[in-house]
Amino acid sequence: MRHRTFFWFIAPSLAAMILFIALPVVSVFIQSLHVEHEQVLRTVENCGPFGCSEETVIDRAATAELRAAQPLGRFAGLSNYTDRNHLAFSELATMWERSDSFADFTRRAMTLPFWRAMAFTLTFTFVVTPLVLTLGLAIALGVNALPRVFRGPTIFVSLLPMIVTPLIGSLVLFWMVDSRGVLGAFLQTLTNNPDLSLRASPTLTWIMLIVYGVWSSAPFAFIVFYAGLQTVPEEPLEAAMIDGANRWQRVRYVVIPHLMPLAVFITLMQLMDNFRVFEPIVGFQAQASATSLSYNIFNYLRGDAAQFGAAATTSMLTILGVVVLLTPVLIRTWRDFNRKRS
Amino acid sequence: MTRTFRLAACASVLALGVGAPAAADCGIGAGSVSILGNDFPALQAVVAGARECAAGDVSVSANLTSDHRDLQVAALTANPSQYSVAVVANGSIVPLLNAGLIRPLDGLVERHGAGLQPSQLVRIEGQVMAVAFMANAQHLFYRSDVLEGAGAQSPETLADVLAAAEAIREAGIMEYPVAMVSGAGWNLAQEFVNLYLGHGGSFFEPGSAAPALNSDAGLAALETLKALTSYSNPDYLTFDSNSTQALWEAGEVALMLHWGSRAAGILSGENSPAEIVEATVLAPAPVVESGGRPATTLWWDGFTIAANTSDADAEASFLAMLNGLTPERIAANSELAVWLGEGFEPTPASAGVLASAQGGAAPYPMQPYMGLMHTALGDNLAPFLQGAASAEETLETIEAAYTTAARAQGFLN
Repeated sequence: MRHRTFFWFIAPSLAAMILFIALPVVSVFIQSLHVEHEQVLRTVENCGPFGCSEETVIDRAATAELRAAQPLGRFAGLSNYTDRNHLAFSELATMWERSDSFADFTRRAMTLPFWRAMAFTLTFTFVVTPLVLTLGLAIALGVNALPRVFRGPTIFVSLLPMIVTPLIGSLVLFWMVDSRGVLGAFLQTLTNNPDLSLRASPTLTWIMLIVYGVWSSAPFAFIVFYAGLQTVPEEPLEAAMIDGANRWQRVRYVVIPHLMPLAVFITLMQLMDNFRVFEPIVGFQAQASATSLSYNIFNYLRGDAAQFGAAATTSMLTILGVVVLLTPVLIRTWRDFNRKRS
Repeated sequence: MTRTFRLAACASVLALGVGAPAAADCGIGAGSVSILGNDFPALQAVVAGARECAAGDVSVSANLTSDHRDLQVAALTANPSQYSVAVVANGSIVPLLNAGLIRPLDGLVERHGAGLQPSQLVRIEGQVMAVAFMANAQHLFYRSDVLEGAGAQSPETLADVLAAAEAIREAGIMEYPVAMVSGAGWNLAQEFVNLYLGHGGSFFEPGSAAPALNSDAGLAALETLKALTSYSNPDYLTFDSNSTQALWEAGEVALMLHWGSRAAGILSGENSPAEIVEATVLAPAPVVESGGRPATTLWWDGFTIAANTSDADAEASFLAMLNGLTPERIAANSELAVWLGEGFEPTPASAGVLASAQGGAAPYPMQPYMGLMHTALGDNLAPFLQGAASAEETLETIEAAYTTAARAQGFLN
């Protein structure tokens, strides 16, 4: 394809990407360099149903003047990135000095919103992604081995977790693991511990969220692998059988290498998706034990005072995190591509 | 089917469609009223009254949702604003005031508000900015039968509550007799605010936005909170108002700190057996020391009118809301709330809130930076209760989180 033709071919999607992805990212970046104006405060007398009292209010006229002069807010450089809500270097240094052991330091660092969210986000990403890959492949191999009549219904049932809206799915599970719910009560009987509660302990909450993550994403891996399995050529499989390979060896040395490009694709998607984990934390009301970067953004923007600077900074750090996570996979794909071309 | 019958059927369907309640005369010529507010029975009754004004050129619509706090600033910033009326509480009016999104009501009150009590007018710097219509506060609910069975006295102080909980546990009646609206986040922070003010603490240095949490009162409030939650079901960090009300109605708890606005629902006996309802006692919020200030905060709910709406719509909105607050309507709905307007007859359901107010409970603080403090509390209390941080560390963490937010919002340098 000539370059000119190629350009016109992708121009519409390029324009859409600049408009809907690049420009908003730039705008969020600019936002992350600013903090709100200084608020001019005054003390006035307020009265209400419970009597009168001296209260502090914002002097709106004076604040509006400041805002008109600098609509974006005060320029703060990278201070949003280094403050306590984000990278928190100085807080970490103080904590390091005060801690008597590494465990103590970790415990203290877990009070910093960004690092606390990072700890859960990374654990979630690196536990859920491989589990989804393995489980998805296992289901695909299982379904592929079924007699044809049963395949349709089995595929439908296996896809259900993906069809359910994430927030609804997590709410359903949340009620099931309640100590009076069917799963929670079953676990209590099983362990013979009437006080066992999946929602009470941070460790169990993490496990519950990870199980939910695998449950909701495995169908995606399954359907991609299943489609891939339909393209596995018969000849190498038959040749392997003649060579005396058992079922496991055929999967390991013929099927899996054939599905490798799909595995890379699923890994890419899963790394991105799991890094942005959000709905289960809201659905399971797990914020006491687990937060993620996306949850932090939501938390900054919600409620009475929307903290745009902090939300924008967390967003930029999330993008940075996704880039760092995807780089190894992308480099690998790029090398494969070049090798094939040469 | 005969032709006549078909005609008759059509006519009856049409009649059903048109058969809306007769429009009340609210004195509105024309205008459009749209209401944003929280969702609870008392407010639904007020909005039902406002809706009766809909007729001819007057349209009334309402969006009642528990997410109203998250919507209100954006919805009223639009010009013309999405809603002409925002129903707020003393906590949630602050962001609207901060951004100048609601209009002074002095003129409207002068012309139409003769029936309002002076105490209903919320004056900020002398200007009426909201009309309060009901009061709310968290207070103590207890089960007289369970306490009797455990040989406990009716609790007055926080120590009494803990002693009663221990007695119930000792007697083997309930393992987790206490419930609070203690879900991590806003709810848990509200429990701390109640206990902290009950212990005589104040959140900020006088006349400044600097935090003043790290005090003896702060430590005492944290210890009390931990002691109370040690008698709560281990899931307590996921409890909201609905789940604790359900625990009470299922008879699983015997001592509960809950919102007064839930009392009517609990006493209605719709979801619980008669013996639970009969044994439910509504008591004032517990005090720290006998004769002290109840450990709760008083809230008012009231309506405000958007600044970015036409004067005609503002007047229509004011009149429609007043039609929702007539003495007859308040009298008819007395059991739903502690109404501030004329016509209210105290009912058993209002006993807890009224007793707490008479005991001298503090109103919820209205400083413009209190919302940031509430958020900082909600985000950082859980590790202390889970045993991952000491009380001193927790107070330090909350102050640091608040200071960071207050700096970014321009309240501190």
